[in-house]
Amino acid sequence: MDLLLSAIEILMRWDVALALLVGSVGGVLIGAIPGVGPAVAIAILLPATFSMDPIVGLTVLLGIYGSSMYGGAIPAILINTPGTAVNALSTYDGYPMTARGEPQRALSLAYSASFYGGMFSVLCLILFAPVLARVAPLFGSREIFLAALLGMVLVVTAHRGQSLIAAALAALGIFIQTIGFEPVKYTQRYTFDQPFMQGGINLIVVVLGLFALSQAFVLLTSEDETYRPTRLRGGLLQGFRELARHPRVATVSAFFGVLMGIIPGVGEFNSQFLSYTYAQRTSKRPEDFGHGSSEGLIASETSNNAVPAAAMVPLLALGIPGEQLTAMMLSVFYVHNVVPGPGLFQNSMDFVVALYIALAVLNVLVILFLLVATKPLIQVVRIPNRFLGICVLTLSFVGVYSLRNSVTDCVMAALFGLFGYVLKRLDLPSVPIILGMVLGNIMEVKLRAGMARVKEPWDFIDRPISFILFVSILLIIAFHIRRVVLERRDLKQAEAGTRTRPNRFGGLLARRRESLLRVRGRMVRARHK
Amino acid sequence: MTTERERRFPGPRRGQLLFALAFLALSLLLLMLLPWQTTWLAKSQLVAQPRFWPAVGLGLMTACGALYLARLPWRRFTRFDTAEAKRWAAVAEYAGWFMAYVLLVPLLGYLPVTLVFVLSLARRLGYRRRGVYIAGAIFALAVVVIFKGFLSVRIPGAAVYEYLPTALRAFFIQYL
Repeated sequence: MDLLLSAIEILMRWDVALALLVGSVGGVLIGAIPGVGPAVAIAILLPATFSMDPIVGLTVLLGIYGSSMYGGAIPAILINTPGTAVNALSTYDGYPMTARGEPQRALSLAYSASFYGGMFSVLCLILFAPVLARVAPLFGSREIFLAALLGMVLVVTAHRGQSLIAAALAALGIFIQTIGFEPVKYTQRYTFDQPFMQGGINLIVVVLGLFALSQAFVLLTSEDETYRPTRLRGGLLQGFRELARHPRVATVSAFFGVLMGIIPGVGEFNSQFLSYTYAQRTSKRPEDFGHGSSEGLIASETSNNAVPAAAMVPLLALGIPGEQLTAMMLSVFYVHNVVPGPGLFQNSMDFVVALYIALAVLNVLVILFLLVATKPLIQVVRIPNRFLGICVLTLSFVGVYSLRNSVTDCVMAALFGLFGYVLKRLDLPSVPIILGMVLGNIMEVKLRAGMARVKEPWDFIDRPISFILFVSILLIIAFHIRRVVLERRDLKQAEAGTRTRPNRFGGLLARRRESLLRVRGRMVRARHK
Repeated sequence: MTTERERRFPGPRRGQLLFALAFLALSLLLLMLLPWQTTWLAKSQLVAQPRFWPAVGLGLMTACGALYLARLPWRRFTRFDTAEAKRWAAVAEYAGWFMAYVLLVPLLGYLPVTLVFVLSLARRLGYRRRGVYIAGAIFALAVVVIFKGFLSVRIPGAAVYEYLPTALRAFFIQYL
């Protein structure tokens, strides 16, 4: 109880209240504009939050992170275009509802499901916090190294069909973070004797380039689309009543969201996939899924909104971000000398609980704002794409230049922006680069510290948690290899089924020879008749 | 005809081969520079060597990049690859706009350059409606007021502000 009261005391400030309001409303707006997304907004705002108190800065960023998915459901349901990437599954059942004339029902169901997911995960984590506080101190250097390695392996294996290039890009992230002065032995690494390279490449510069500038380039080179959002009639409260009729689907989906959010590198997509599959398999009307099923919409919206609070667990307890948004937030902690990790749970538990309460308040603020402001909010989807591109490019300048007033940083950001644009054009992931940079740095520091106390290699995994993590890594890699082998076998079978005549040069010659012999045979037989 | 392997490839064909080749070439080049760009220290553990993590990163980049290239279902460049490369190059124009913005702000000031940048880029993109220019001007003004005025982000005052009268100079440097 004392813990709860001191956490509330941290939040009882006008600047925190303002941050909550700005974060929640701003996040909904950003989420509702297709093509911007929370990653771009957080990347741009990151340097601006450095001058704020840690709790204020983190509340703004958490607000944007937590509320953008509420906003992202609006264009997903009304115009079949997800506002954020994680709302893509909501188009499956949300848009068909709009098409059959029930947009307000779909929206209210999405809001109530999102609210349930958000509150469920915050409640779980507040209850789970004392357990975490007991477990977190058991993580030493070796365990944190292995947890970071596990996160890296999960990020790579989560990119199904693209794991090779995801691994290569994660390795690029590891390499980028090594550039500059090595902090222990003070030797230079890949600086090419250039003074501007000695400080290394800043994470925020890379983030802004890969997320904000590349998105600006995508928008600037796209076409403006004309949307005519459907008019809404009626109230938006009916969704809560409908949600109450599907408590099992909502609770299981929220649970999947919490579970997947806690595991680094897994995130919203897998939780949605699991929840949607579960809902469809256990539904009395599975044929409705994809054609406007209320259970499908509940499953996707509940699970994705349960992730943000859960994703803060590995970040706060171990200092390990699970995806790009928490990776960005990690830099806010470092700027304010607040080091997330086991120490934070031991010494500043009230700060951690305050963050969770802030998330709960945020969910209430967002739902109230949406109930009042959905009708005017729909108009934001009308902003032309290329004009949005100008806005993102202008705002990216604030993010990069205000960091160190360095033109070199801006050149770097522009180059990473071009690289991010190429990745987007090729449908390749940019998240592994960011996680490679963050987790690579953690792994370098923790492996060095861990190995200093180890005599034999086996000593590295002689503690229970390190052993469990090590076995988990081996199991995940083994399962991934098995999946790849099965996919290859399936591909070979499919190729054998659709095999046509050989088109190699040798094959062509053989076919030509057969054809000539056939013609010659016909001529010889005709001569002898 | 599209083969099964091509059909199952996640993502578009255009540009993939070019990207994979460029990525592998860059990885190899950086890996070859490892002995010159990093140091090997005597009497130091392998994992504590300054060369260890760049070697891990570049080794993985090269190995995974080579495997990715080997697993690509295409071996020949097509005209679509060339068109894609041109498209990548065309985006450099907007990177140029961004860099011009970066270089002009410390000389001419945040507010004037932001206004000119937003409006001229809107014109470059083909917008001719007055509403877009009004929205652009309001947006530029709002960005400067919010970020420099309220949030006090670190954007230095312009060189031209030095020529303003003393009373105005302090205001312009701090807020605009």
